[in-house]
Amino acid sequence: MGKQLRTELMTINMGPQHPSTHGVIRFIIKTDGEIVHECEPDVGYLHRSIEKIGEQMTWQGFVPFTDRVDYLAAMNANWAFCLGVEQMIGTEVPRRAEFLRVMVGELNRISSHLIAIGATAMDLGGFTPFIQLLREREYINDLLELACGARLTYNYMCIGGVHYDVPQNWNEKVAEFLTHFELAMEQMNRLISYNRIFINRMAKVGTVTREDAIGYNLVGPNLRGSGVQFDLRRNHPYSVYPELEFDVPYGQGREGEVGDSYDRYYVRLEEIRESIKIIRQCIKMIPEGDVKAKVKNSIKPPVGVFHSKTETPRGETGYLIESDGKTSAYRIKIRTGSFTAMSIIPKIAPGMFIADLIAVIGSLDVVAPELDR
Amino acid sequence: MIIETMTSLGVPELLAKFVFALLVAFLSINFIAVYAGVISVVERRVAAKMQSRVGPNRVGPQGSLQWLADGIKLILKEDLIPDGADRFLFKLAPFLMAAGVTATFAVLPWGPSNAIAADLNVGVLYLISVTALVVIATLMAAWASNNKWSLLGGMRAAAMIVSYEIPVAMGLLPAIMIAGSLQMSTLADAQGWAPWDWIVFNNPFAMLGFLLFLTGSVAESNRTPFDLTEAESELVAGYATEYSGFRFAVFTLAEFANTWVVGAVSAAIFFGAGHVPPMLAALPGAAVVVFVAKTFFVVLILMWFRWTLPRFRIDQMMDFSWKYMLPLALVAFFGQAIYFLGTWDQPGIQIVVSHVMVLAFLGVFFLFINRVAINVKHQGVVVNSPQTEIAYLEKIGKIKPAVVEDAAESEEEK
Repeated sequence: MGKQLRTELMTINMGPQHPSTHGVIRFIIKTDGEIVHECEPDVGYLHRSIEKIGEQMTWQGFVPFTDRVDYLAAMNANWAFCLGVEQMIGTEVPRRAEFLRVMVGELNRISSHLIAIGATAMDLGGFTPFIQLLREREYINDLLELACGARLTYNYMCIGGVHYDVPQNWNEKVAEFLTHFELAMEQMNRLISYNRIFINRMAKVGTVTREDAIGYNLVGPNLRGSGVQFDLRRNHPYSVYPELEFDVPYGQGREGEVGDSYDRYYVRLEEIRESIKIIRQCIKMIPEGDVKAKVKNSIKPPVGVFHSKTETPRGETGYLIESDGKTSAYRIKIRTGSFTAMSIIPKIAPGMFIADLIAVIGSLDVVAPELDR
Repeated sequence: MIIETMTSLGVPELLAKFVFALLVAFLSINFIAVYAGVISVVERRVAAKMQSRVGPNRVGPQGSLQWLADGIKLILKEDLIPDGADRFLFKLAPFLMAAGVTATFAVLPWGPSNAIAADLNVGVLYLISVTALVVIATLMAAWASNNKWSLLGGMRAAAMIVSYEIPVAMGLLPAIMIAGSLQMSTLADAQGWAPWDWIVFNNPFAMLGFLLFLTGSVAESNRTPFDLTEAESELVAGYATEYSGFRFAVFTLAEFANTWVVGAVSAAIFFGAGHVPPMLAALPGAAVVVFVAKTFFVVLILMWFRWTLPRFRIDQMMDFSWKYMLPLALVAFFGQAIYFLGTWDQPGIQIVVSHVMVLAFLGVFFLFINRVAINVKHQGVVVNSPQTEIAYLEKIGKIKPAVVEDAAESEEEK
């Protein structure tokens, strides 16, 4: 009766160097042991001034830097910038180039989602799925290497199309891979996605409601995981996406609540299936022809502010480009999905276990270089 | 025998016993060191096989000497004690951990039922109590490290090991009731060479007891899915975060030695210890080979668990212990008692039940192997190229040959 023990919260630094923060992100956690009472993400450890570099480089010269914004989905990162500049100078991209862009973009989306899924599994203690998914990713890297010669930062898209055409039997190789990959994915689902322990770790953890997801400006799979059926490829179509048939998967509360970590995870799984579908259609529809429009060596776009956005694996990537009519941008602002995904963490973290926090970070698919740029 | 030889040579009995004890301790500790090293390499190779990579294969033939290289590396590393650490406890903890594991080797059999260093009449009780020493060592290491992640790991370890002690101990109860003794040699002798003479197949409740024992042991030896104490993606390395060099090596050693303890106890109490078929009984060392094979089988199962399953969360783990395993342990205990009361004077029923159990197990086992074989083959083919795997899947009829599909499509087009 009466006298209570004096207790206080313990402040722990998770990161900047912590095994599960996917790079260098720091979380300042106030905890009473296992329960998180407060969690504040501290970003900026991987800041490389890419936006500032954009003001120094020529328009074409900045494309390789966009690779480094999101190295797990470099194709998609190229795309948004190229799209912006093409809109500014009014270049028409050849149809074959558009299809190639869609194909490499979707392949890259698959490989990025594989990392997201595998890293989530690894954070929850399943090491085997991560390694096996990396194995599948190697095949995708092989295919992309055939197309452009690089395995991580591709620099494949250029303003006005793509740099090179793909080798002759590339389409068959992609089709072959997809047949194999669907089966491998099924095996992987048996190993991890439908594992009871895994589901119990992910279900009803870190639930983001529909209102919160919209209010905190979540994008991509994180937004769709909360039950919002919004996809730039469908709602603000660009490239040849209007001609392609695909569904927009969204969270349906498969294991309890709409918008929990498992929903976000599952949306990624389904997006992989949709990407496979898209690539199959592209293989059938891709025409012959040029892959690059004629673009002048020194691009001088008109004065003005342009905004371009594409759907990357981590959601909407937007480039706000201000041009003063010279050979380089006056100002470039990059908007990425990871940054807004981080902002939801202080909101949903209180009350969860430390282990849950790791599951949530994994399911939000935060990538440090995209976060800090 | 050694003691008798020495006393007949005129050595005082007390001294002879002391020398014998030293000898046994020396042998056990060296066995642990070598076993832990070897099994660490084996585990890495098994994990690599499961994850379609190669694993350590450079030092010695097929990487078999990797553990020596690792040991030398760890010994040569700087022995770091963090500022603000409790130096005495920090140094003591690894050795207490090792002592806890080593002490269990006193009552572990080595094949023939009489080959036990100290055949205590409370052997199982001793085993259970000595294993619990590990909690103190873990807590000590966690507290002394002056690191918050370590502390979290230590608290988790305490909670976990304390709650899993109970199902483990109660899982052993059916076996103890069947043998009517806590003594290891009596437990081993209560069984025969054939599977239907083993305690695990004696009746369904003994089987349940074994499953509970195995699950609880995985938790007690801190392996996935219960490796919350050192969950590397959550707590960096748990209680061992601040340890380096040889002290860390001792922790790892104790952990790997624990797998042997789990395997040997399962083999001795549930899998018929070192009993060999009568026609092989004349072969020297047959008992040891049989026993070690059974032990390694259990160790392999532990590895399989570790590299397949993800990790529990702390509350789920506690729920699992108190809400599911404890009631099941009670079911096993009372079920065994009732079964015993019902059939103690009817050996016929007992024989039928044990044979049916063996048959049922074999059925389930082959079904399981059959399922697993598909995955294993799939995996073996997949590493080379997608094409070879497609060919393989066509061969086993899992997918239709691509040519046929194309033909069908062209027909449709026509």
